[in-house]
Amino acid sequence: MSAPLVSLKDLARYFDVSPPLLNRIFEGKQRQIVKAVDGVSFDIAKGETFSLVGESGCGKSTVARVVVGLYPPSAGSIVFEGKDLGGVGGERNRAQVQRRMQMIFQDPYASLNPRWRVLDIIAEPIRAADLIEGKAAIRERVGELLRQVGLAPADMEKFPHEFSGGQRQRVSIARALAGQPEFLVCDEPTSALDVSVQAQILNLMKDLQNKFGLTYLFISHNLAVVNHVSSKVGVMYLGRLVEWAATRDLFERPLHPYTRMLLDTIPDLAMTGRTRAPVAGEVPSPLDPPPGCAFNPRCPFADDRCRRERPASVAVGGTTVACHAVEERRLPDWTPAQGG
Amino acid sequence: MAESLLKVEHLRVEFPTRRGTLVAVDDVSFDIAPGEVLGVVGESGAGKSLTGMSIIGLLEPPGRIAAGSISLEGRRIDDLPYEDMRKIRGRHIGAIFQDPLTSLNPLYTIGRQLIETIQTHSDMSAQAARARAVELLKEVGIPAAEERVDHYPHQFSGGMRQRVVIALALSANPRLIVADEPTTALDVSIQAQIIALIKRLCREHGTAVMLVTHDMGVIADTADRVAVMYAGRIVEIGPVRDVIKAARHPYTVGLMGSIPTVGQRAERLTQIEGSMPRLNAIPPGCAFNPRCPKAMERCRRERPELGAAEATRAACWLYDGGAK
Repeated sequence: MSAPLVSLKDLARYFDVSPPLLNRIFEGKQRQIVKAVDGVSFDIAKGETFSLVGESGCGKSTVARVVVGLYPPSAGSIVFEGKDLGGVGGERNRAQVQRRMQMIFQDPYASLNPRWRVLDIIAEPIRAADLIEGKAAIRERVGELLRQVGLAPADMEKFPHEFSGGQRQRVSIARALAGQPEFLVCDEPTSALDVSVQAQILNLMKDLQNKFGLTYLFISHNLAVVNHVSSKVGVMYLGRLVEWAATRDLFERPLHPYTRMLLDTIPDLAMTGRTRAPVAGEVPSPLDPPPGCAFNPRCPFADDRCRRERPASVAVGGTTVACHAVEERRLPDWTPAQGG
Repeated sequence: MAESLLKVEHLRVEFPTRRGTLVAVDDVSFDIAPGEVLGVVGESGAGKSLTGMSIIGLLEPPGRIAAGSISLEGRRIDDLPYEDMRKIRGRHIGAIFQDPLTSLNPLYTIGRQLIETIQTHSDMSAQAARARAVELLKEVGIPAAEERVDHYPHQFSGGMRQRVVIALALSANPRLIVADEPTTALDVSIQAQIIALIKRLCREHGTAVMLVTHDMGVIADTADRVAVMYAGRIVEIGPVRDVIKAARHPYTVGLMGSIPTVGQRAERLTQIEGSMPRLNAIPPGCAFNPRCPKAMERCRRERPELGAAEATRAACWLYDGGAK
């Protein structure tokens, strides 16, 4: 196998949410650190789509932001084509490769400047990186980009408010493509859209991937969407990656109890009328995660070791999973919930 | 057939604007039997929430019901004065909204909000109302209900808040609950819990539910029948299984194909070209005709009505529906 395009190693990002200094002094309050991302490692090969799934607050968006450089990592490394973007000298390395990674955000209403014309929005990465000289040439390039995402070149004179949500997301994609990136980080790109529009955007992203050989890091909470778009999937829970595998393996033979729970709980058209067994409990506060395996309070297979010791990632077949029960082979085989 | 609990006939909701009247809900008719869960599904702007709001009498001005009628247990409720409607709301129709944080008052404990609601609709003493509040919280699965009753909304998580809202909606034992996107703001594992809860409570109390959502998966899991709305009209209505497995209206077919499923993997999703028309530019004939792969000449001229009373009824000329 060729070297991965992007490789994360023990990536961590902490946020200091302590009360102000005076409160700490006078009221004896403690420093508080949220470990939003706590030791995440995975590789993304060129041309594939790697998805991160998980519920709110699991740290998947934070991973995306650290990868594109919107947050510096607290620890660990991000290696892009052999260059480390974290740690010492990371900034200089990042400057060299920054243009080649772009981001698409969730909310197409908030991620486009309402006072700018689409022409300026899409041309900004071109101008910032001095890719093309001359006004006419830039206009031509913007027109071409708009055509590629299914809009008309004449749309470049419009403002974002003149577009529907799906069209705005197309503008965001055109802007991301303007820098001629190889790697796109998409943070819930379709969550704010209606399903029929979502289908259009997902199909568009697939077409662009085939055409330009793009690599995607795709963040989503929707397992059905993830199943549709990705070649590999990582499941996150409370800042940690609990399982990652090829999409087919993950959906057909999920190992981690949390992955199984997620697969059991999604409402799905193909399984109308099945009896779902909702798992009790909620995601604990990331301020005070449980010791040992973070999933242990909700896990039906938890034992003393799970409550004490944090499981390390082990490879089982093509799957990497962090679970004591899997390691000790005391987890029953997976049987999906049946339609009735 | 059993007497229907809620009957909506030819409902039309309009928004007068300076540039003419916009029709947001157009000639919508359906009924809900006691204990039945009717799902109403559609994309943003299809008019599904407005239909729900009309039923609970919370249509925001300038929106108004321009024609049609809504009857609950044989009594017309759409033309009642505000005060009378206030008594029906809560007592006979409960409401659950999308965002549990905005449907609860952040300044009052949830106990106080529950007690207020209970006392509005019955002459219980304060003490009995409090006991009933605790009982309701237990019923919706809030642990340590005796303590939690004195907590404020911000002390609850999203899923727990939605449980409180459900408790509020159920507090007067209404016959009908209008739930507008009750699980949209929640994570999937919590969503599953809330859906299971709504299903269980409705079975136990025999409450009918009108479930408004854009998520076909939630409908598939919960509803008995489903109405698919497009540009202010119902395009197809029928038993959930039939609509999902054998959709008739081309819009429903496209909608189903555009939803990625975990069950089977397709290389490409079916996509419906274009987007829903704006309210000021609804095309003549069938509103779906510009996007419809099977549109015929007739679709551009004449508007199809919902077909005759079969199990599944579609408003589409393909089935010659509505031919008088």
